[in-house]
Amino acid sequence: MTTHTAPKAHTVELAGGEIHILEAGSGPPLLVLHHSTGALGWRPLHEKLAETNRVILPDMPGYSRSTLPEWARDPRDLAILMLQLLRKQGLRDVTLVGLGFGGFVAAEMATMNSDLIGRLVLVGAPGIKPPEGEILDQMLIDHGDYMRMGFRDEKTFQKFFPDLENSDVRSLWEFNRVMTARVCWKPYMFNRRLPPLLPGVEIPTLLVWGEKDRVVPMSIGREYARLLPNAKIEIVKSAGHLVDYEEPEKLARLIQSHAR
Amino acid sequence: MLVGYFTERPYQDPKSGLFGATGKDIQDLSLSNIDYDAMLGADLYNRYLDEKVYCEEMGFDAIMFNEHHSTPFCMGGVMNVEAAIVAKTTSKVKIVLNGNILPIWDDPLWLAETLATIDMISRGRLVTGWVRGTGRESVSHNSQPPFNWERFQEAHDLVVAAWTRPGPFRWEGEHYDYRYVNPWMRPYQQDPHPMMMIPGVVSRNTVAWAARHKYPYVMLSTRIEPTKLSFDYYREVAREEGYEAGPEHIGYLWKVHVDETEELAYETGRKFLQGPGNIFLEGSRGVASPVLQNLPGLTDRNNLLPTGQVGFVAASRGRSTSDADYSKPRAAATRAKAVKGAPKAKAPVAKAPAQPPAAAMAASYDEQLANYTIITGTPKTVLPKIRHVLETLRPGSVFFWDGDGAMTHDDTMRSLRLFGSDVLPAVKEMGDELGLISPFDRNPMHAPPIKGGRRAKAPAKKAAAKR
Repeated sequence: MTTHTAPKAHTVELAGGEIHILEAGSGPPLLVLHHSTGALGWRPLHEKLAETNRVILPDMPGYSRSTLPEWARDPRDLAILMLQLLRKQGLRDVTLVGLGFGGFVAAEMATMNSDLIGRLVLVGAPGIKPPEGEILDQMLIDHGDYMRMGFRDEKTFQKFFPDLENSDVRSLWEFNRVMTARVCWKPYMFNRRLPPLLPGVEIPTLLVWGEKDRVVPMSIGREYARLLPNAKIEIVKSAGHLVDYEEPEKLARLIQSHAR
Repeated sequence: MLVGYFTERPYQDPKSGLFGATGKDIQDLSLSNIDYDAMLGADLYNRYLDEKVYCEEMGFDAIMFNEHHSTPFCMGGVMNVEAAIVAKTTSKVKIVLNGNILPIWDDPLWLAETLATIDMISRGRLVTGWVRGTGRESVSHNSQPPFNWERFQEAHDLVVAAWTRPGPFRWEGEHYDYRYVNPWMRPYQQDPHPMMMIPGVVSRNTVAWAARHKYPYVMLSTRIEPTKLSFDYYREVAREEGYEAGPEHIGYLWKVHVDETEELAYETGRKFLQGPGNIFLEGSRGVASPVLQNLPGLTDRNNLLPTGQVGFVAASRGRSTSDADYSKPRAAATRAKAVKGAPKAKAPVAKAPAQPPAAAMAASYDEQLANYTIITGTPKTVLPKIRHVLETLRPGSVFFWDGDGAMTHDDTMRSLRLFGSDVLPAVKEMGDELGLISPFDRNPMHAPPIKGGRRAKAPAKKAAAKR
């Protein structure tokens, strides 16, 4: 794939800490919130989205290079910080894309401030206690195996991470899940105070689920669709939880057709 | 010298086929309690409690309990209940709890009340230790690993305050909030509170913390040489704090089995490594779950004692013995590198060879006998070996670990009887001869200040500032 954009790296000071951001493209702003494993740099999804939008990819507080807010105890704390980031950057009418855990944070943001967010996209997002099935608990399995379960199958996982045990990516995940354990240990990956607020969110929302998601049950997607007044759901065939890794172009097209 | 007895109270089920030479290995937290037999549990609890009473009759100064959760190797999931029972069924022995797992308590004030009650019923015989727990405990009682050390320290401070500070007062900490701390009970021991002992195996933080508080530190069945170095570290911190640590600040627990003949002792001692023994111990048939030992933020894996460098200890805790840990400075560089380049799809490469399993790195039974982490024999032959350990480590408190693994009640009672008739009197004489002062002979918390301690003046200053 040819590189259309070279992302620009910069930092923003927020609540006494630093937020690291990668950014590229022009057009309506589009903020991407990463999985609980953290963002692995500028990937094909971001590149594709940057063809039509100004794409902003922060490391959420406590993840990767951004400062860990010692006081944070809840994904809602991250949501507040991410809204402060939007305000501080003067961003309005943003298309907010949340991948996995980032989608949980994005849903929390949407319940707090609909003015800054023009469109919402939740991809395999937890946040609701699944009516059926269970969210895969990353704390009780090897973290490499957790990532492995994010892919539709072993072959695809091996394609991306052929030498996981010796890779820096593995230690990045180990580092990042400390923050996840600080804000999301219990209840694991959902908030009982989120669903009652969702009917008040009128932002047009696109829900995307990988057909073979083994991490976040699709019953959660259907629950989001039931509770959000302006939501539709798209199933990506043959993708697992990590739709952004496995089907970046399909996902980019879905987001672009929904985005500002 | 204080001489105590300890067993983990294993859940021995000969029908299960899960343990011992005839059974299969188990991985930590891999068993369902559907197989738990409460009739058997009733027998075992009563057996272990009876053995404790017999320990007192045989002349032990102390009986030690520990606590683990969701595991067959230790039935002490509610150690304080056992302690409360022996508080009433014994009259002289110290009741050593090593220890309550502070971070998993959401209401440590209740713990302060529980322990004060035990101290009163036993008329001041409680020795209360504190531990951080392993990953198993954090998972079983769902306590956030990243806050484990903070909660340990704050819960301890709260318990001590509840015991020593006149109530009512308000407690508003980082992890615990109380609007009314005023328990209607106070511990029997008030100089300044019940005796404490802090057990440990690998964490430097815990040693330093114990030394700063002048609490005796007890090493649990670690190899002799690194144990000595870990005690040196305690003494080093003590000197920084402005006092000289003596034998009263040091304790050691290790496996000693006494029997009627050399042969019987040797064969019975082998049972330490059979049955549902503690998975962290050398030769155990159990396997620690690496996932549980590496819960996010639970321990600082680069802040280990010399005991933690022993290959077996590292492997049994699911830790790499190589430089593969994620210390903060290293992680910063790693993180920067990891996020810089998005991984590209690559051709699969061969996997790195796996770490040798803990079992393969463990010393065999005979090796452990040779390095004295297990001592077996007749009273006559165990005494010189015990003396060697006492001379090398100079602990003011020792605990003999026996009656564990696959040992039966009869095995245990034979050993306890011989301890009483022929071993304990001689060991106590050795302790006197070697000047191994126990914490009950000289209160470790009243260690006098020394000249030239690097922080000799700092604590006084700090205390003044607080007032």
